[in-house]
Amino acid sequence: MNFLDLIWLIPLFPLAGAAVMLLVGRRLDPQGISPHALDESLREELAQEAHGHANHGHDDHDGHHPAPPTRKLVGVLCSGFVLLSVLLSIAATLQLAGLSTRSHEVVLYDWIAALPMVLTNGTIATLNAQLGFLLDPLSAVMILTVSGISFLIHIYSIGYMEHDGGYYRFFGYLNLFVFFMLLLVLANNYLLLFVGWEGVGLCSYLLIGFYFHKKSAGDAGNKAFLVNRIGDAGFLLATMLLFVTFGTVRFTEVNAAVASPGEPLAAWGAVAVICFLYFFASTGKSAQFPLFVWLPDAMEGPTPVSALIHAATMVTAGVYLIARSNALFQLAPEVSIIVATVGAATALLAATIALVQMDIKRVLAYSTVSQLGFMFLALGVGAYWVAVFHLFTHAFFKALLFLGSGSVIHAMGGEQDMRNMGALRDKIPVTFRTMFVGSLAIAGIPGLAGFFSKDEILWQTVSSPLGSQLLYGVGLATAALTAFYMWRMMFLTFYGEPRMDAHTAAHVHESPAVMTVPLVILAAGSILVGWLGVPKVWSALPALFHSFEHWLEPVTAPTIQAVGEAHSHGDDHGHEVLEWSLMALSVAIALAGIAVARWVYLVNQAVPERLQAKAPALYRFLWNKWYLDDFYNAFFVRGLALGGGRLMSAMDRQVVDGGVNGAGWLTKAISSVSIWWDTYVVDGAVRLTAFTLRVVSIPVRLAQTGSLQGYALMIVVGILVLMGIFGRN
Amino acid sequence: MTDNLLSIILLTPLAGLLALLFIPSANKQALRLTANIAGFLGFLVSLPLVFGFDRFAEGYQFVENFEWIPFLGARYHLGLDGISLLLVMLTTLMGFLAILSSWNAITDRTKSYYAMLLLLQTGMIGVFLALDFFLFYVFWEIVLVPMYFLIGVWGGPRKLYAAIKFFLYTLTGSVLMLIAILVLYFQYHQEFGVYTFGIQELLRISLPVATQHWVFWLLFVAFAIKVPMFPFHTWLPDAHTEAPTAGSVILAAVLLKMGTYGFVRFSLPLLPDASNTATIVQVVVALSLVGILYGAFVSLVQQDWKKLVAYSSVSHLGFCTLGIFALNPNGIAGSIIQQVNHGISTGMLFLIVGVIYERRHTREIAEYGGLAHVMPKFATVFAFAMLSSAGLPMLNGFVGEFTILQGAFERNPLWAALGVIGIVLGAAYLLWLYQRTMLGKVTNRKNLGLADLSWREMAIFAPLIVWALWIGIYPKPYFEVLEQPVARIVERVRPGVYPPVPPARNVEAATR
Repeated sequence: MNFLDLIWLIPLFPLAGAAVMLLVGRRLDPQGISPHALDESLREELAQEAHGHANHGHDDHDGHHPAPPTRKLVGVLCSGFVLLSVLLSIAATLQLAGLSTRSHEVVLYDWIAALPMVLTNGTIATLNAQLGFLLDPLSAVMILTVSGISFLIHIYSIGYMEHDGGYYRFFGYLNLFVFFMLLLVLANNYLLLFVGWEGVGLCSYLLIGFYFHKKSAGDAGNKAFLVNRIGDAGFLLATMLLFVTFGTVRFTEVNAAVASPGEPLAAWGAVAVICFLYFFASTGKSAQFPLFVWLPDAMEGPTPVSALIHAATMVTAGVYLIARSNALFQLAPEVSIIVATVGAATALLAATIALVQMDIKRVLAYSTVSQLGFMFLALGVGAYWVAVFHLFTHAFFKALLFLGSGSVIHAMGGEQDMRNMGALRDKIPVTFRTMFVGSLAIAGIPGLAGFFSKDEILWQTVSSPLGSQLLYGVGLATAALTAFYMWRMMFLTFYGEPRMDAHTAAHVHESPAVMTVPLVILAAGSILVGWLGVPKVWSALPALFHSFEHWLEPVTAPTIQAVGEAHSHGDDHGHEVLEWSLMALSVAIALAGIAVARWVYLVNQAVPERLQAKAPALYRFLWNKWYLDDFYNAFFVRGLALGGGRLMSAMDRQVVDGGVNGAGWLTKAISSVSIWWDTYVVDGAVRLTAFTLRVVSIPVRLAQTGSLQGYALMIVVGILVLMGIFGRN
Repeated sequence: MTDNLLSIILLTPLAGLLALLFIPSANKQALRLTANIAGFLGFLVSLPLVFGFDRFAEGYQFVENFEWIPFLGARYHLGLDGISLLLVMLTTLMGFLAILSSWNAITDRTKSYYAMLLLLQTGMIGVFLALDFFLFYVFWEIVLVPMYFLIGVWGGPRKLYAAIKFFLYTLTGSVLMLIAILVLYFQYHQEFGVYTFGIQELLRISLPVATQHWVFWLLFVAFAIKVPMFPFHTWLPDAHTEAPTAGSVILAAVLLKMGTYGFVRFSLPLLPDASNTATIVQVVVALSLVGILYGAFVSLVQQDWKKLVAYSSVSHLGFCTLGIFALNPNGIAGSIIQQVNHGISTGMLFLIVGVIYERRHTREIAEYGGLAHVMPKFATVFAFAMLSSAGLPMLNGFVGEFTILQGAFERNPLWAALGVIGIVLGAAYLLWLYQRTMLGKVTNRKNLGLADLSWREMAIFAPLIVWALWIGIYPKPYFEVLEQPVARIVERVRPGVYPPVPPARNVEAATR
């Protein structure tokens, strides 16, 4: 069976799941109005009226009414659809490996086939965005990661969301999310990629705002969508410029145009702009400075959603976009430097913020921003395969950590503040052990996945011609901070003294198997997957251990020889020594980070407070996230948008409409004058005429008595007079 | 049958009106039933257009051409090309849905209400079908009267102010348009010795550019008021806010398109030299861009649900005029697709306000909140309409906006860059509206017992949802239908820039 021609089904399976949930989900999982739906004051008001029923407070347990048997079907069905995608992805990838070209396209139909357009070079072309799918090594890695991790998150959610209202809605959104993400990574052109790009933005809006009775959830959803939309504006402009430059939006054709030696190089300035705009778009989706602010708030959604957004879907989109466009970025080293700089800066910035967070999910959220910074650093120095590698390993340990934190929160009855945790190690052993693995992995301890990918990034920042010692230094510092804040989280959560109240402490329990099994699988992944890309200096290992780079080579190989040559030549022995010593350095610094965290948060617990007291300004600065949110809120939201809106609205009423109403008033005024003129002058003249006539006619009227005899008399008199006048002659 | 298809489409609503006259005013059930049947029939008889229209044929189709007022040279001349096809289909569908939406909303003077809606329907169809300028003008003016009464009689608290403002504003434009028509009419007589209002004939006149300029501005004011473009837009929020739901729906979905249609059908082809001068293009594009951003900003701060949607129309229509005056195939085709899209999306948004207004009789956003708990189906439909309006890919709005932006980008990347800001803001005011009305907790107990969408209401939204998905997922037929007429207009305004389109395009070859 040829699975390669069926790749279009991979995104379609979850879409089917979402459609089923939309159409019949309510019937599978019927529910009344959520107990959270009512405002406090309103609820009290109603409760008082319904006195006598004495069921005040009963409301809170409404969500726990016995679930109908069909409810189980919702989770199973939706997970099943994603499982189909996983299986098909595996089958298709295996077949792809057998192809000599390692690239397969399936086109369903022409989606947007617009009208002729004049390109920059004067020729006329028609934009044709197909509903087409491209499977190549890069998209293969992506679909496996996305569908695999998403499947585990689906399974986990069956347990995690069991007591939540809107079960079917949740799974429908999850499936929709996976659909858009798979569409994003399988699209064969930029415009179809944009469909997935906006689609994941929409789903993040829906899922972050899932508990929509909470205002904070609604706000966070809006923020995610809008911040992403700002990036999307860049995407649209980039795509248009791309089209007028190359006359196509299809990946294979753009890459061919870039690689063809006969292509006139006049438009390379445009390429830099295209790259910059695509990078700008990526800062939105992949949460880089200055658009990263939506991601930490995204944890307002249920925890599996955070895992989905932070690990497998959504935030990886920007990294994927740049990796996908690497042929263009190789032509724009000046933009690549910006990418690397922003990546490094974001990594460091987010890591510093993570140092002081007290919410367990917030720590993880900022660690995601920071890790994404690492990926951008790799992209910026031209190590595209390494960025994808880190994306791949990060997906495992970050999904693990988020789901693990969900399990912690689940055990703590909804508590997220680490100040109220502690000593959970023995109470939730599976969660603890798996998170232990995940934290080691992200800290970069040798043998675990994070070590291989992160270390390769650090190595590339030194060895790549686009890299520099400064970038390496920032990367290394961030790695140290990462180890520190991750283990700060571990020590605060699992070690030391219990700090929760007695009631919570009594109820702490390990999560059911449906939640812990995915954790265990992810933990295994967090150990193993890194071994696909061991350092080059470990040359003794067989080819399988170096296979990741090799697998991606058809996509990420340098298109311009200059870059490639500078890369591969040089003193091999010197390189080897340097690489070994840098590796040792980063391992040492990771261990140091963990050790310091242990000392500060376990051994000598007064240190944090003393530090806080010593530098309160710095602490506040970090605690308030460098005041970036406040600045955006004051300047853009309240200032530009709402202020501008109010100003223009006032102008609309006073000036623009004022003009119209003024014209109306003027017309009325003029007509009043006219009426006056008409009444007193024109009509006056008419009446004056009448009056004059009336006055003049008084003698005549006197004669007109209406009496017949009088008239006869006058006639006789008249005749006599006339006869007197004329008769004399 | 097909010989008179256009006349049948044009007159079916009038026949319904005639039938209404024979039903006693007291029998409301029979009245609304008849009106609904007439509306549905009006849509049914227009369906053959979709199947009978030849996408690749040149010129007008289904043409009917009879002598009407011989001594003036005015003719009863109807015809249809791809542009009018889309707008006529929009009109017949929205007309029917508007009637259907009034089932419970209108209990007062039912007979005259439905009569007005049906008369309006004929007028609008006539505007899009007329190929004779005089006939066009007659229909253009006919539309004014029923709309005036719909707002003035069945409207909200400030209905008289709104109705009069609407009437006077539009009438001012009409008078200017009449002058422009007469200039062309006498010019033709001067050149060819015959009096005619035929649009195809008038294309042959050769006006000096200077004359073209001021004729352009005369027409411009007429059409710009109708669209409405900044700064001629202030009648719109008032008219929309005060009009009954069906009135707002028709006003937004169809009536505004008469203005943009006027630009495409008359201003550009009849005054090609003026339309392509830098001053005119710059002024009109500047007004469009200002409209896009201004409408969006003002929408952001509205406290009245309906007014917010009304101002969003100003923003969306800004895209339509921007596309037209990009004067290239993508700009104009995108503009027409976006006109249909705006009809669908904003039509839905007004229907949504209508649904809630029928239940609560207030449009204050602050009165709502948490409605998604109470009315989940309604919330879903609203979310769909919002996303369609915000231009989410795979829904209708994106196809139009992107194509317009492409056209704008081709002329001047800066135009596209400014337009894109409008898209960002568009998402902002819609999401915020949604959050304030649908999300959060229920704070007002009056909202507690609200009924979710009924079957009739679902039936109103269903065709619009299907249409929005169709345009979003498979827009190709729309581009094909528009390719010919748009190429002809562009060729007239900017001759020789684009290759001529062969009458029967080889579809297979073009997709390679």
